[in-house]
This record gives sequence, C-alpha cells and structure tokens, in this order.
Amino acid sequence: MARPSSRRPGVNRRAQYGLFASYVITIACAIAGLLLVLVSVADPAGFSVLRAGAATLTSPVASALKSMVRSFGTIDEQIIAYIDAGSQNAALRRQVEANRVKLIEAEAVAQENSRLKKLLQLTQETDNKVATARMISSSSTISRRLARINTGSVAGVLAGMPVRAPEGLVGRVLIVGPRSADILLLTDSQNIVPVRRARDNIGAISTGRDDGTVEIRPLSAGANPFRPGDIVVTTGTGGIYRPNIPVAIIVALRDGYAIGVPLANPARVELVMVERAYDANIPAPVVQSKTEAPASEAAVQ
Amino acid sequence: MSQPVPRLGSTPSPWRMDGTPIVTVLLASALPTMLPLIAQAPTLPPLGLLMFVGWRLLHHELWPLWIAAPLGAFDDLMSGNPLGTAIFLWCAINLAIELVDTRLYWRDYWHDWLIALTASAFFLFGGLGFVHHFGSGAPVSLILPQILWSALLYPLIVRVVARTDRWRMMA
Repeated sequence: MARPSSRRPGVNRRAQYGLFASYVITIACAIAGLLLVLVSVADPAGFSVLRAGAATLTSPVASALKSMVRSFGTIDEQIIAYIDAGSQNAALRRQVEANRVKLIEAEAVAQENSRLKKLLQLTQETDNKVATARMISSSSTISRRLARINTGSVAGVLAGMPVRAPEGLVGRVLIVGPRSADILLLTDSQNIVPVRRARDNIGAISTGRDDGTVEIRPLSAGANPFRPGDIVVTTGTGGIYRPNIPVAIIVALRDGYAIGVPLANPARVELVMVERAYDANIPAPVVQSKTEAPASEAAVQ
Repeated sequence: MSQPVPRLGSTPSPWRMDGTPIVTVLLASALPTMLPLIAQAPTLPPLGLLMFVGWRLLHHELWPLWIAAPLGAFDDLMSGNPLGTAIFLWCAINLAIELVDTRLYWRDYWHDWLIALTASAFFLFGGLGFVHHFGSGAPVSLILPQILWSALLYPLIVRVVARTDRWRMMA
C-alpha cells in the first residue's frame, strides 16, 4: 500500500492545522478513556445504565440463538431416550416408588423445620425465588467472567442477588437492565464466597481462578484438610448467599489450598434461579440482632 | 453469491460509503455477546479490534484519527471491560499505526499481519492490566490462546473486510 498522502500535508497550512487538531483530539480521547477506567475502578457498578442499554440491543439475538442451540444440542439425547424407552420406563417406575416414600419423609421434615423456625421467630419466607432465567451469553473476549441472563428489573431482579441452578451456585447479579442482567460468575477472581465442607464444618473461602475452576482456601492454617471428591457448600456468613447451596467439588490439592470445579457448570445448566439476598429475608424484629440471626438459623438446620 | 457490478455513471450513497465500515466494526464488537456461548475462560479473539485494524490498514484515509474513541466506547459496552479500556487502548493503537505508517514506505501483507497481531496482544495485555487494577487475579497465561486465535483469524478478517469494501464501492 502506498504512502499516506493527506496525513503528509506539505505546505498547506490549513491541512497542517487539521492534522495537528486530529492528533490532539485523539490524545485527549485516550486520556479521557484512561480517566473513565479510573472512575470505573472506583465504582465497579458505575455506567451500568449504559451497559444495560447495550445489553438490550444484543440480548434478544442471543436469546434466539441460545434457544436454537438448545434444540439442536439435545437431539441425540431425545433419540436415545426413544430407543430405550421400555427399560427406562421400568427403571423409572421403581425409582418413583422409592422417591414417593422419601418425599413424604421430606415433607414431614419440612413441616417440623418450619414449626421450629416459628418457635425461634425466624419467619423466613419459604419462597426465595425472584425469577427463573436462561443463561444466554457471556463475556467471551475479556478476562472477566460475566454471563448474561434473559431476565431483569422487570421481573424484580436487583444487583447483588445470588443466582443458582438446581445443581449449585452460579454467581451473583452485577448489572441489571430491564430485560437482561449480567452475572459475576463463581469462577471470576473477584467473586469470593465463604464455604464449608459439606460433611463436617471445615470453613474455607472460595475464590474464582478465571479459568473455570475455583480456589478453596481453608480458614485454618496448617495441613490441607481437603481431599479430592469433597463437596463444599455455602455457609451463609456475610449474607447474600443462603447457607447450604452446593458450590464446588474438589478435584486437586495444592500447597495450602485446593482446586475445585463448580457443581453447576454455567455452560451446561438450562435454567438458573435468581434468589433474594439472604439477609433481606429476615424480618424487622430480628434485624436488630443481625449478627446472631445466621448462627441461630444454622442451628435449626 | 453474484459478483457486484458497478453501474456506469452512479456513485454509492455517502451512507453506504461511510456507514459500512463503522457498522461492520460495531457488529464485530457486538458479535461475541450475541453468540450463545457461556465461556469459562477468555476464548474468542477481540473481533471488534481486528475488524477496526483491518479497515484502518486497508484504507488509511477512511476515518479521522479520533474514530477509535467512539468505536472503542461501543466495544467496552459490549465486551464487559471497564468503560474506558478500549477507548484508551484503541486510540493508542490508532496513533501507533499512524506512526508506523510514517516510517514504512510500503506495507506488505506480512507487515499488516504483524501490526494486527501486535495490536491485539497490546489490547489483551492492556485489558488484563486494567482488570488487575480492578482487583482481579487472572493469570497472564489465560490470554495467550486469545493472542494465538487473533493471529490465526486476522487473514480471514482481511478477506471479510476486502469483500465488504468491494460491495461498498459498487454503486
């Protein structure tokens, strides 16, 4: 390609001034960009209105494409299900019988649980769910792990609400638009969740590693208490997340910490639920003793 | 696809001449957020930047220098980077290409490719740096595949830009 011409204006004064002005404007824009980044650092959720507005442009397309991918993606599963329908039917029938008994037991336990909670005057709402949504897209070009769901402030979603799938925790809401919301995934290194091992109460902190795994760092110093296969769940400490939501399964051990894989793989989950932030559930009289509330709640369960 | 044929005595509308490059860059910026892909790590190359660099290297007088700022702002809003990241980095890249243009008398295909590779590496490292400033701890090794994809994808982007440019020129 030949040498630029108008960017070498020669003796034309007017063109020289124009060129100089364009350099000045570009450098000023670059500096303004740098200042904007600094403002964004000070207020991470700032400019969320702009970003939510941009999301309304793309999320309908992403929604439509996602539903197409889903129907294509499950074709093989549907064919296989049709082929072994007979044997599957018998197996499922046996399973239903077994589940029915367990269901009745669970109902009884739930009733007892709610009665005990009433005794403690912890009238936590049973229905934490704000909205059900599908994951439609994600930030696939940058080093932050954000995902977008197809519901927003119209359905009552607010920033900071936890998002979970039936399998486990997915993340929390970061930016809310009218019909879409951005989630900070569990695997983002800025998402820190207090967890405990499911079978005993060894406390730990889960931090994302930005590559699809999480770092589980035990609170107690000394030998690493975790073993591969251990499951960690939320503690409910610090609010936001309800206790006992499954978080991750530990797959590898490192020096002083463990590597876990989230139980709810965002790429696989069909539906996610946006829930109310945990502390917001506790009614007014109990709010005064806010620090004790989660502890007594944990004792009931 | 039928070959576009220029009509004698007619010129393309200014909307088509000026709008096409901008629209393609905006679309390339928006494409990753429209794909139904839930990424667990940065996977796609910075498509918006590659398209921008592709147009810039094909036509050096297509845009004023400051066009990097509004296009970068749109890219920030789409990608999820902190607002300002791409405004700053794209402006810096545009100025750098301008300087390279004053040094290089002729630009070969490989020059273009190397410029695009350097630009995307600078953009990705810069973006990672800003996110680190935010308090994220993403390792540097995470963006190395992205740089590789950018290098491999750029020849395709050049062809897309050239095709679009031919359509743009035909009235």
